[in-house]
Amino acid sequence: MTKLTLNLAARFIVLVLVQVLIFNHINFLGYINPYIYILFIILFPANNNRTLFVFLAFLLGFSVDVFSDSGGVHAAACVTLAYIRPIFLKFSFGTIYDYQSIKFNQTDFSSKFTYFTALILIHHLIMYSLEIFNISKIILILQKTLFSGIFTIILCLIITILFSPKRK
Amino acid sequence: MQQIINFVLRNKTFLVFLLLFGLSLFFTIQSHSYHKSKFINSSNFVTGAVYQTANGIGQYFNLIKENKALLEENRMLKSIVHNLDVDTIRSDFKDSLKLDAHFKFRTANVYKNSYSQSANYLTINKGKKDSIEVDYGVITSQGIVGIVENTSQNYASVLSILNTRSRINAQLKKTNHIGSLVWNTESPEFAQLIDISKFAPVAIGDTIMTGGQSTIFPKGILIGTVNSYNIDSGGDSYIVNVKLFNDMTNIGHVYVIENLQAAELKSLQKPKND
Repeated sequence: MTKLTLNLAARFIVLVLVQVLIFNHINFLGYINPYIYILFIILFPANNNRTLFVFLAFLLGFSVDVFSDSGGVHAAACVTLAYIRPIFLKFSFGTIYDYQSIKFNQTDFSSKFTYFTALILIHHLIMYSLEIFNISKIILILQKTLFSGIFTIILCLIITILFSPKRK
Repeated sequence: MQQIINFVLRNKTFLVFLLLFGLSLFFTIQSHSYHKSKFINSSNFVTGAVYQTANGIGQYFNLIKENKALLEENRMLKSIVHNLDVDTIRSDFKDSLKLDAHFKFRTANVYKNSYSQSANYLTINKGKKDSIEVDYGVITSQGIVGIVENTSQNYASVLSILNTRSRINAQLKKTNHIGSLVWNTESPEFAQLIDISKFAPVAIGDTIMTGGQSTIFPKGILIGTVNSYNIDSGGDSYIVNVKLFNDMTNIGHVYVIENLQAAELKSLQKPKND
């Protein structure tokens, strides 16, 4: 348990630092930035205390917000994501989730892809809606969500593949 | 009472979610109103220190460009200094250098710059310790950058002109028609000059500079050139698309301007506004 806690704490800090120091400055084609720090929420162990999880998600989003001067947009998106995550776990993984025994590096690619895509798009949609805060610019919001979303999905999948423990 | 406690315990995840979501919404809305984003900004000591370390490494990659910009600025200043006639200095002709005497300039390094969001901020490495205060102007040798919005002991965060909340008084260089410089979030290369009278002789290629009406910037700091313009929907003013002189995506060293007479000007203008 302590090892898992330490592991999660390290992951939290590393993801926030990597996000604010590297991935916030990519600006691909002018404005497309990937938000890979939500990997923390996506890969958080499924059988853990949900209240604590929601709170940790808030802390995560809040740290990124402080670094990027964006008010509370990341925090809001992360909290929502953490709260609605069980629905998507059930939707993408079905029966495995019911037994509370998901190992993300052992699930098949298609269900992992669905799960990642759904969570990332929802996170980006909430974040950009709050950041732009203007319903008349809905096209801009959707456009940013889509492009950044695709970028984030690809990067997150690559990162999970690179850093997953070796299979026997 | 028992039932209330049970209810809270049963729904504690949902309640925590609601509380935290409300808190983040509060922060978000607060960050949309000027001078109220006090709690969360990257000028606090934790983020400042992290950006300082990162900047210490990243700075070296921009040295060539920085040197070129400094050289260019030196050349311009030299050409002004050497073209000054001794007689003009002695006479009571009011030259532009003397006019600036009530502005104090300080240099600073940019630790963090963003330009892809709709509300962009910079973090610079000078703060209260170096007598940087809120509402000081920030420029580079090429043009304006923004206005200081928050300060801590060692750092300050700057509201970039690439921010939907930024409104800066600006005018045409060749006439005195004034307008406001805003940003429509579309491109970091362009800003928009609005509320400029339709009687103004705007032409493509004209230079736009700061107007003397604000207490923040001195008059005559360059902003950009007219790229295109059209009449706004009301039909009585132009919307001018301004190509910025500054490359807002690459800013290293900046100057912070203090207006020593700002308090005096403000106290003079106040009774009229109330």
